[in-house]
Amino acid sequence: MFARAKQLTMLLLGSACLWGGSALAADSAGRSDENMPIGVTPVSQTVYDIHMLMFWICVAIGVLTFGALIFSLIKYRKSKGAVAANFHESTKVEIAWTVIPFIILIGMAWPATTALIEVYDSDEAELDIKVTGSQWKWRYDYIGEDVGFLSILSTPRDQIENKTAKGEFYLQEVDEPLVLPVGKKVRFLVTASDVIHSWWVPDLAVKRDAIPGFTHESWAYIEKAGTYRGYCAELCGKDHAFMPIVVKAVPEAEYNDWLAQKKQEAAELRALTSKVFTLDELMARGKDVYSKNCAACHLENGEGVQGAFPALKGSPMAIEADQLTAHIDIVVNGKSGTAMQAFGGNISDVDLAAVITYERNAWGNNTGEIVQPVDVYNHRKGE
Amino acid sequence: MAHGPAKGIRRWLYTTNHKDIGSLYLWFSFAMFILGGAFAMIIRAELFQPGMQLVEPEFFNQMTTMHGLVMVFGAIMPAFVGLANWMIPMMIGAPDMALPRMNNLSFWLLPPAFLMLAATLFTEGGAPQAGWTFYAPLSTTYANPLTATIFIFAVHTMGASSIMGSINIIATILNMRAPGMSYMKMPLFVWTWLITAFLLVAVMPVLAGAVTMMLMDIHGGTSFFDAAGGGDPVLFQHVFWFFGHPEVYIIILPAFGVISQIIPTFSRKPLFGYSSMVYATASIALLSFIVWAHHMFTVGMPLAGELFFMYATMLIAVPTGVKVFNWIATMFKGSITFETPMLFSLAFLVLFTIGGFTGVMLSIAPADFQYHDSYFVVAHFHYVMVAGAVFSMSAAVYYWLPKWTGRMYSEPLAQVHFWTSFIGFNLTFFPQHFVGLAGMPRRYSDYALQFADYNMISSCGAFLYGISQILFLVIIILTIKGGKKTTADKTWEGAEGLEWTVPSPAPYHTFSTPPTVK
Ligand code: HEM
Ligand SMILES: [Cu+2]
Repeated sequence: MFARAKQLTMLLLGSACLWGGSALAADSAGRSDENMPIGVTPVSQTVYDIHMLMFWICVAIGVLTFGALIFSLIKYRKSKGAVAANFHESTKVEIAWTVIPFIILIGMAWPATTALIEVYDSDEAELDIKVTGSQWKWRYDYIGEDVGFLSILSTPRDQIENKTAKGEFYLQEVDEPLVLPVGKKVRFLVTASDVIHSWWVPDLAVKRDAIPGFTHESWAYIEKAGTYRGYCAELCGKDHAFMPIVVKAVPEAEYNDWLAQKKQEAAELRALTSKVFTLDELMARGKDVYSKNCAACHLENGEGVQGAFPALKGSPMAIEADQLTAHIDIVVNGKSGTAMQAFGGNISDVDLAAVITYERNAWGNNTGEIVQPVDVYNHRKGE
Repeated sequence: MAHGPAKGIRRWLYTTNHKDIGSLYLWFSFAMFILGGAFAMIIRAELFQPGMQLVEPEFFNQMTTMHGLVMVFGAIMPAFVGLANWMIPMMIGAPDMALPRMNNLSFWLLPPAFLMLAATLFTEGGAPQAGWTFYAPLSTTYANPLTATIFIFAVHTMGASSIMGSINIIATILNMRAPGMSYMKMPLFVWTWLITAFLLVAVMPVLAGAVTMMLMDIHGGTSFFDAAGGGDPVLFQHVFWFFGHPEVYIIILPAFGVISQIIPTFSRKPLFGYSSMVYATASIALLSFIVWAHHMFTVGMPLAGELFFMYATMLIAVPTGVKVFNWIATMFKGSITFETPMLFSLAFLVLFTIGGFTGVMLSIAPADFQYHDSYFVVAHFHYVMVAGAVFSMSAAVYYWLPKWTGRMYSEPLAQVHFWTSFIGFNLTFFPQHFVGLAGMPRRYSDYALQFADYNMISSCGAFLYGISQILFLVIIILTIKGGKKTTADKTWEGAEGLEWTVPSPAPYHTFSTPPTVK
């Protein structure tokens, strides 16, 4: 029985090692399902190399250590007539196995230090992006370019609830990816507006905690065009698993075109602020804005979540005429100390007007009231 | 009264006997282990496949939070305190703990604390959802105030219990050793607990400070952790991990002690390098105070700070390595048998070492940027906490159960328990290294498709591990109710130590005249 038990142990251990080794070595060309990606920046390559170096050092030490263990277990079994010796110390040996690991550690610390210095070298960036985490969206601002937008999970609810088949990029797709040029040093200024999030894109080897009230730097120099997907890596509330990151790296010319187009869109949207919309126009636009920005908490049907997120359907604030200002205010400025964030800086006045109008007329709230973009604009300026 | 326990429920409510209190702790911690395990099963069932199928994301977060809290504070810590209560007086030749009445109180604070914690599941806001590390501001500004308040009081109560328990252990070890038992003759389990108790006394007040600041932020109008009021959310992390890092050694040092008792017994050879084991334990404890920020490599510390914490963390590998090598040297040229306590100890040795390797990898700050908050970390700390602390507890129970009850457990059943635990554990957590490296963040209620296969394996392993702990319970009950009687004082051929000089079962009062240690 005992002998069999031991054979089993060895079998398991052996196969685990082999499995680990082969899986980790599997795909040397970038991504694998078992190992860290090599990535597409100089830093990510350094980090990958260090990771593999540490891994193989550990494997080597493991083989020696477990080798000695397995040898002892086989050789000195009582069932094979082993008689115990009686030594119980040896200063020489004990010093040796204190000093040798120490030297190995110094060997590890050297490359780790140079790598860390590289990670920290965010000087002389050619492009600054401000990244703001806010439950459960990422906002990207291109500093000095007057371009900024929210990036929100675009996987349909039905896929999450298993009502339809899941797409290839299930939970790894957003409505508007962060677009970056390849071959330029990009600096990320990472912060948050409510709780702590963490901006993690494995292929860029960037992970930075986004902390309210603080801005920290990180950087990437992307060498290869492509789409790189990442995640929020700090528990940030219920939809923590649903705030992915998508980075689209494109050649510089393409990037410039994209930026120009974005600027133009922003200008057009601002021009729309003075336009007068009909109820139908606002409702159509508002439904869209609502499902992207509000439905995560207040639900698509406006019923909210008891005890956590208030219902909007039938809520006095959304149906009573004298509450209209309060309604605009809470959407624009948020409510501090709650998950209700300020959308004023994040969403255009047109979209804000649309979504407020939508909330006052959807789900049987039929107030017939229309909020125009100028109303929102005036509210913001009047503050 | 003087010659035996009182009868009925009063025996347990009023008892000041170290063995009774030890048993209370052990049963309590087993109950918490099952409760925390049930939470883990819910987590693993939800993660069995991509998509949300069983629970809501809010409830999922409550489960991860409660699972971590219950396992750390409810299962592991009380288990080792229970072991300390049972064994330390017997190992050092003392009649009881030094402060028996306080001992009673320190146990009886625990059930109300965990009742409060569990009660939050039924409040409108639900249980705490900010993870067992409850980082601010998610746990303060954005938490349900009622839940947060109950949680804070529960933590205070547990902390008080731990502090009293450790003061008692320190007082017992310092004052009540049998004549002739010098410090360097104490069994290693006693040594590791002495050091652990000092760690506890040092850091539990830090945790109390952290939750008190939270309480002030929630109800007192302060903003320690609220940037909008001039506070700093990262302060919370510094305070928390100044407690939290020593805490992980509080969890593992007594396990080292247990293993250092068991491996020599079944190798029939004295522990190799006793004094270097003591020094290694003390160095680990001291180092644990200067490495806390390795949990925070990604928060944006200055380069110099990052380097300091990286180097200090790497250093811990040295004393830990010394321990592992000494255990192997103990077996070298021994006469080894493989009873269940030894099997669990060997599994501990191998799996804990793997956890140690991933620990060294995590200490490398630039690489940690990729590992941090991914499932790689979840795998790492379960290799340390489950294969380390929990496996060593199983080993300890099988090792000393005959002494406690005077009855032998069923060896074949115990071996089944071992193998199902061992296989279940590895199936659960080995694949998590892979999904973590491939990019799956921890505390996710749902995940992308490329992580599906390994998560399914992980869940199957978890169910196997979970079920096998029910077997553990059955084995223990069978032993108590009808195990074969062992009359020998010494159950195990190679066992040494004062606890093996008293009859089996250990009498209610041992050592009314102290034994002499040569
Ligand atoms: C087979 C048994 C177990 C299973 C299946 C299991 C599973 C899990 C899972 C899925 C998580 C969530 C990981 C995350 O935070 O992303 C977790 C977290 C955790 N587990 Fe376990 N676990 C088990 C046993 C234990 C035990 C015995 C302990 C006792 C020390 C423990 C301590 C923890 C801790 C401290 C956390 C962190 C919770 C947090 O992130 O807030 N687990 N476990
Ligand atoms: Cu987040």
